[in-house]
Amino acid sequence: MSVRVTIDGQEIQARSGDNIIDVAAQNGVYIPSLCYVKGKPCLGTCRTCSVKVDGSVMAACTIPVREGMEIEVNDDAEIVDMRKALVELLFSEGNHNCPSCEKSGRCELQATGYEVDMMVSRFPYRFTPRVVDHASKTVFLQRDRCIFCQRCVDMVRDERTGKKIFSIKGRGTHSSIEIDAELANEMTPQQVRHASDLCPVGCIIDKTQGYDDPIGQRKFEIKSIKDRALEKEHR
Amino acid sequence: MSHSHNKNEILSHELPATPLDPKTQAERDAKIQVAMIGLCGCWGCTLSFLDMDERLLGLLDKVAITRSSFTDVKRIPHRCTIGFVEGGVANSENIETLEEFRENCDIMISVGACAVWGGTPAMRNVVPLEECLIEAYVDSPTAVEGAKKVIPFHEDLPIITTKVKPLHEVVKIDYFIPGCPPDGDAIIKVLDDFVNGRGFDLPSEMNRYD
Repeated sequence: MSVRVTIDGQEIQARSGDNIIDVAAQNGVYIPSLCYVKGKPCLGTCRTCSVKVDGSVMAACTIPVREGMEIEVNDDAEIVDMRKALVELLFSEGNHNCPSCEKSGRCELQATGYEVDMMVSRFPYRFTPRVVDHASKTVFLQRDRCIFCQRCVDMVRDERTGKKIFSIKGRGTHSSIEIDAELANEMTPQQVRHASDLCPVGCIIDKTQGYDDPIGQRKFEIKSIKDRALEKEHR
Repeated sequence: MSHSHNKNEILSHELPATPLDPKTQAERDAKIQVAMIGLCGCWGCTLSFLDMDERLLGLLDKVAITRSSFTDVKRIPHRCTIGFVEGGVANSENIETLEEFRENCDIMISVGACAVWGGTPAMRNVVPLEECLIEAYVDSPTAVEGAKKVIPFHEDLPIITTKVKPLHEVVKIDYFIPGCPPDGDAIIKVLDDFVNGRGFDLPSEMNRYD
């Protein structure tokens, strides 16, 4: 069933049940997101896709479109700045040292920082000590960089038992990403690569992968995260 | 915290110098004054400043460069319109230099990861300062065997700050150019915009954090 909604005042047709991120992308409007993976159930953890729906702030990945919905993405200066602030919070909460990170150039958080025009975080950088987990033979966890998106928790499972390999321990500022080293050791190289690619930051690092691509030829240097998000959708 | 002048110490800007001929001096004074200083960083951003290459020549009829890696003066001789700063704040000398520079600059711009958020020197922020000093000077794996283990401390040495701070946590910073280092392209874009009255605008395709 088709519904009519407006995005930044522009009236568009959309398929009922599709979420706002997908509908916006189909119509050439990029909404940044760090936890949503197209085709997977939404997680709604990062809130970077916040937009105004009929005047209220909502995470676009969590909201299916319905008839008459008025969506503000870029028309409203407040919501544009709010998304920027959310990205800045992530940069000040963890220790995101891009110059020393294997994921730099392939990192969705970094690429999203560029899209929201972040030059510096308006929040004080916290420099919380976090311990690196080397226990597994296949991957290590660079916890400084985890943004608690829960992609790995929900989307990476042991192929034999279906058990979760990653989990989040603790709450609030005591949260930490954990790995079941025994299950992780059973991961195939393909699954390891999938997990590390799925991680929107440089937290899950494939032990066989380093600084493979030269500067200037890295994923988001070849094509920006915005162009990639729109390319998949734009008809 | 200013340098003690009752010691036998002369800074380069205090040395006697032959004045320029009045015409050249007047021309230079009429230009937009630009300076760049370095605090706790690796001077890589200053190399990017040099990477403006011959593009800088096109600006030289409008711009005079005072303190910078081109000129090697220790204090800017007079007020500056645009001041670039690379490096973060890691010791008492950094604070003194930064505050003096801020007082004498109209627009101040943080250049590079160290200035913007602390950068590589800020990797020590997750370790207590005492442990850092012990690792470096007492239990150092490269210490000379049998040598007396001393943590350097002298009135002539700047005092290390407990944490490495980004510049904007110490003084007001007007604009930020991230990058480790940012490209010369980004610096010339910002400088050219200011010189031609356009204001700060670093487009996302020129923005980089590494």
